[in-house]
Amino acid sequence: MSEAVVPHPGEDGAQPSRANAGWFRRALDSDIFHSFRRSKLTMLAALITLLFFLIAIFASWLAVQNPFDPSQLQLLNSRIPPLWTADGQSPFLLGTDEQGRDVLSGILYGLRISLAVGVLGVVFSGLLGIGLGLVAGYFGGPVDSVIMRIADVQLTFPAILIALLVNGVAKSLLGNRLDEWSMLGVLVLAIGLSFWVQYARTVRGSVMVEKSKDYVAAAQLIGLPAPKIMLRHVLPNTTGPILVIATINLALAIITEATLSFLGSGMPDTMPSLGTLIRIGNNYLFAGEWWIVAFPGVALAGLILSINLLGDWLRDALNPKLR
Amino acid sequence: MLAFTLRRAVQAIGVMLAVGVIAFAMFRFAGDPVNQMVSIDTSAAERASIRQSLGLDDPVLVQFGRYFINALQFKFGVSYQFRLPVSSLLAERMPATLELAICATLFAMVCGILMGVYSALRRDTVLARLFQAVSLIGISLPTFLIGILLIYLFAVTLGWLPSFGRGEVVKLGWWSTGLLTISGLKALIMPSITLGLFQMTLIMRLVRAEMLEVLRTDYIRFARARGLTTRAIHFGHALKNTLVPVITVAGLQFGSVIAFSIITETVFQWPGMGLLFVQAVQNVDIPIMAAYLLMVSLIFVTINLVVDVLYTVVDPRLRATVGRAS
Amino acid sequence: MTQPVLSVRDLEVEFVTRRATLRAINGVSFDIAKGEVLGVVGESGAGKSVTGLAVIGLIDPPGRISGGEIQLSGTRIDHLPPEQIRRIRGKRIGMIFQDPLTSLNPLYRIGDQIVETIRTHTSLSESAARRRAIDLLAEVGIPAPEKRIDGYPHEFSGGMRQRVVIALAICAEPELIIADEPTTALDVSVQAQIIALIKRLGRDHGTAVMLVTHDMGVIAETCDRVAVMYSGRIAEIGPVQEVVRNPLHPYAKGLMGAIPTLAGDDKRLVQIPGAMPRLSAIPPGCPFNPRCALAFDRCRVERPEPIRQGTQSVACHLFEPAKETAA
Repeated sequence: MSEAVVPHPGEDGAQPSRANAGWFRRALDSDIFHSFRRSKLTMLAALITLLFFLIAIFASWLAVQNPFDPSQLQLLNSRIPPLWTADGQSPFLLGTDEQGRDVLSGILYGLRISLAVGVLGVVFSGLLGIGLGLVAGYFGGPVDSVIMRIADVQLTFPAILIALLVNGVAKSLLGNRLDEWSMLGVLVLAIGLSFWVQYARTVRGSVMVEKSKDYVAAAQLIGLPAPKIMLRHVLPNTTGPILVIATINLALAIITEATLSFLGSGMPDTMPSLGTLIRIGNNYLFAGEWWIVAFPGVALAGLILSINLLGDWLRDALNPKLR
Repeated sequence: MLAFTLRRAVQAIGVMLAVGVIAFAMFRFAGDPVNQMVSIDTSAAERASIRQSLGLDDPVLVQFGRYFINALQFKFGVSYQFRLPVSSLLAERMPATLELAICATLFAMVCGILMGVYSALRRDTVLARLFQAVSLIGISLPTFLIGILLIYLFAVTLGWLPSFGRGEVVKLGWWSTGLLTISGLKALIMPSITLGLFQMTLIMRLVRAEMLEVLRTDYIRFARARGLTTRAIHFGHALKNTLVPVITVAGLQFGSVIAFSIITETVFQWPGMGLLFVQAVQNVDIPIMAAYLLMVSLIFVTINLVVDVLYTVVDPRLRATVGRAS
Repeated sequence: MTQPVLSVRDLEVEFVTRRATLRAINGVSFDIAKGEVLGVVGESGAGKSVTGLAVIGLIDPPGRISGGEIQLSGTRIDHLPPEQIRRIRGKRIGMIFQDPLTSLNPLYRIGDQIVETIRTHTSLSESAARRRAIDLLAEVGIPAPEKRIDGYPHEFSGGMRQRVVIALAICAEPELIIADEPTTALDVSVQAQIIALIKRLGRDHGTAVMLVTHDMGVIAETCDRVAVMYSGRIAEIGPVQEVVRNPLHPYAKGLMGAIPTLAGDDKRLVQIPGAMPRLSAIPPGCPFNPRCALAFDRCRVERPEPIRQGTQSVACHLFEPAKETAA
């Protein structure tokens, strides 16, 4: 793992020495930035991802209604097709659904939920995985084998299955007390518990490498706290891979949340994420009301595709061996 | 060889035991079995006697032992929703899921390998680039969206294929198959593609990467220096070396295919184990959830074991190292 | 003189990269006669291996032969279409690579690999090819060949594998064998055996051998003639005794000085200061000039052409007959 850790320093030195160039110049000149500039597709993906995040953050300013507020929905406005079709009505640019919910507003707010669950899930799984990886790597022995065995077993099961099980158990334990917000928490928990393994493995590997190095023994010898010093080496070393894992996992987390919601085990209809919107819309597909499902679907696919493109590029840029 | 197989078998049993503990914990603690079985007006005394009869007052270890022994005989308790033994529910649904999973895997392997080999050998052609783009989209589109898209195209708009269910099935003993009727086969097409698409992109990317890797090796260069035909090098040497890891991965993925069929079965209302499981999660039917977990784990663990052993049969190098180790 | 088996004239090989076009081989010319062993020495990156690959037509894109001519027994082969050069590879030119551990396909029995090669180049039947494979294995010194033929590569030691590789290279009785560092990856004790085997095969079958190595000891022991390469050019070429005993080119002198001898232990090994330039930064004039103690102004501007000096040929301005050059 360790060779994947450090970003590729520079190209083969055919250029003149850059000894005098400052840190910023070096960063601009680095392979990562270079490959970023070179790939138009990646730049587009980054732009779209950023746009999605901005839209999600400013959803309440952009939407014509608050789709989570039942009092703003009027059944009179139900099932209106998109604006550009013959029966379209302003201000419902992308039409409305069964309950008179503006599809575009639903997407804007749903995007917010999807991204929130995704980001929180990734952060949670990252913290969990990094923590367990540090513990496993540092203590070794039985602690290590227990954690890594669990990781091995869990890795053979698809995340969606684990997430569904966590979800079902949480439902069973909480029963009726499960409102929208705690459902969001359950989803974050389910996703976090499904995706921690990769972080743990990466961090553990790096800790094992560092542990065998002389400076750790030296630090212990002169009475310095070895764990603290190791952390200072391990974390920078693993930043690259963790960033890659986190980016790819963000896409996976969003897919998982959307899938759970689509299966009816995620966000409820009263506070829909993109997955919930697709589930609702799917029921009207046969009636020819395609817009209720199509636009949330396009938004979800676009979001995941952009994040995946970013993740792919990041992985290639940080690991020249894979190119 | 035998020692290796045994060691892997012991590991597999260990995994199953761990999963058994989780399944039992769910069964016992996540939801009170009694509450689920009785109505609101059942008296406390009656509840207590039901508790007694179910053995819920015994020490936890005794209960686990009982659950474990029952599970070994495929007795997983009674579904809260259907009031039927979970095992018979699962057995009834299993053929549908397995047929779907096998068709999806075949589709994924055939298309994935063909596309992967093509895009490795003709790296810079338009078609190869198209395959790469398709694979990225295949990985980025959630399964259920693909299903919905297919339904909209081929069922709603064109009306060529059924949008849900298995079509007509034929009973062969306890196994119900949709492979013997036209409507059954037609019903299988879209779910198989939906379920297999993700694996297909995975296999395609893997085959391409492996093949490119193999084509760079010394023995391929040496094969060229020996004047072998391009055809012999690509399809004799390179492909064989590529397929060893690919078949392993594809085999291991079969377990995931079964688990992922949860989504496909929901989209297509396919009457398999996955649909049963999703309904169980929605309705908090813990015995079905626990049993499904056990069944899927069993399938996973078995496949892992078989693939591990098969792998050593295919690759002579491994056979040697394994033989030496044992 | 009879026609040489291999004749290379003014060979140029280029690698086209995004930044620049790098010339890996720049005007290399040499001949190998029937039964002759030509050693090619030089540092890593001097173009030894690329020359070998160019002869056998295995330069992969982005590399290409950009100039010169290669003739095999009088027929030009450098511009043949892929299918025709394929028929020559393995049949008329055999190749031995550096690492026997990775040269054989691990998933195929060695017999299958030999039979496959024989049947590609001859019309022998499966069983006849198998009998021939057993003979070949015996010839390269594999004990109990009729048993070992069904072994997988991993069941052979490094030296034995290199013997299998050699058997594969000679199975169609080629006119020329190109051995690219055939002993580098082997134990010292095995190296001598493999070298002896290559030498014996060359002698027995009258095969011409191009032996690429960076080991001067191997050259001195095995070769009839030797070519010293530097930065994609031949610095000096000549009979091995002459070049070893009386090197002319300053680089060859340095290289010979770098061979430890048993006798002269009072002399320290001579080192050549500096390193060979990268392909992207070959200096103008003689590529060796920055490291050459004898370099003068002309060396820095004008590229030296090969000059005959008795049986040797050397590309160095020091040996230029006194005359005015137009440049």
